[in-house]
Amino acid sequence: MTADILRFALGYAQIALILALALACWRMLRGPRAQDRVLGLDTMYINAMLLFLVIGMGNGNVFFFEGALVIAVLGFVTTVCAAKFLMRGEVIE
Amino acid sequence: MSRLVPHPLLSAALVVMWLFLTAFTLGHLLLGTLIALGAGWSVEHLHPPKPVFRRWLAIPKLMAIVAVDILRSNITVARVLVLGPDHPKYHSGFVELTLRMRDPNAIAVLAIILTGTPGTAWIEFDQEESRLLLHVLDLRSDDDWQSLIRDRYETLLMEIFE
Amino acid sequence: MTHLEQLPPWAAIIVALFVAIGATLTLLGGVGLVRLKSFYQRLHAPTLGYSYGTLLIILASMLLFSLSEKRPVVHELMIGIFIMITTPITLLMLGRAALRRDRDRKLGHDEVVPPRNRAEPPTEAETEDPQP
Repeated sequence: MTADILRFALGYAQIALILALALACWRMLRGPRAQDRVLGLDTMYINAMLLFLVIGMGNGNVFFFEGALVIAVLGFVTTVCAAKFLMRGEVIE
Repeated sequence: MSRLVPHPLLSAALVVMWLFLTAFTLGHLLLGTLIALGAGWSVEHLHPPKPVFRRWLAIPKLMAIVAVDILRSNITVARVLVLGPDHPKYHSGFVELTLRMRDPNAIAVLAIILTGTPGTAWIEFDQEESRLLLHVLDLRSDDDWQSLIRDRYETLLMEIFE
Repeated sequence: MTHLEQLPPWAAIIVALFVAIGATLTLLGGVGLVRLKSFYQRLHAPTLGYSYGTLLIILASMLLFSLSEKRPVVHELMIGIFIMITTPITLLMLGRAALRRDRDRKLGHDEVVPPRNRAEPPTEAETEDPQP
């Protein structure tokens, strides 16, 4: 019984996170200005990381955690580089 | 001691992180210690301003206040988002504040707190005049924010760092 | 799906609640990202998912794996600490970049931003002008 509740909650969380991912993607594609796109991309990275964690919880597989960590690191580096580019017009000074 | 391990706190945190991410064995302890020492030496070459903690006891109090504040502003921002941006009760805007703090580490911690809190975003800081530009989603009045930040965070941060 | 049945009922309900609330907060952040009007307002929306959305899902994951593997599993804390350190940096840099671009005349701005410095009288009169 409680396992069913847990399974339902995990399924709901996956759907909600995929929806959030889609909304962030919409903002990234649509965004009127470049900074909106970067913000959407950063949100997409975090949402994908959370989605990986939730999928790992559903499967009982610890190795999704590593994927989530890699996504978090890549998202951070990407966003910082993009923000730096927006600010200066060049990435490496 | 200080030449061999220039940043003991950072190195210890790195060793603990290494053990958590791999396994609690002697080999990983040795490898993690080597990597942590290397990281400490490389940080030493960057010459960051070394933080001096004056009062350790105030740190848990600050963390508790920040956790409660983030929870409260999560609820506020969630309400704003559900009601929609056109709701007449809310309007957002820029707020200009002046800070009394001078220590760069304290200012960095304040930046982390304010950016991590939904509803306030740190936009710009003028170091010469200590003037801070914030963007606030649920704006009430300028003085409100000035006194809020001064009483809640700034006094505690000045106790810890200065 | 055996590991889900092994959990005691109280833990299963706590994990389910945490995961559901965390995912809802993240979804609200996404909704705000689409609904809000200007960039500076949108900058606040994802913070919901960055702060308590991440925290709740990480806590739920730690509880689930600790109980189902019968040993303390805390490596999710690494993600929590990493997100806690990096999100202020990214949001701060994005905010500064947006402000810089909004002040640049050539790019054209969609929102009125405060001028850079009040202490300069000659440029002051020009930058105050573009009121819609």
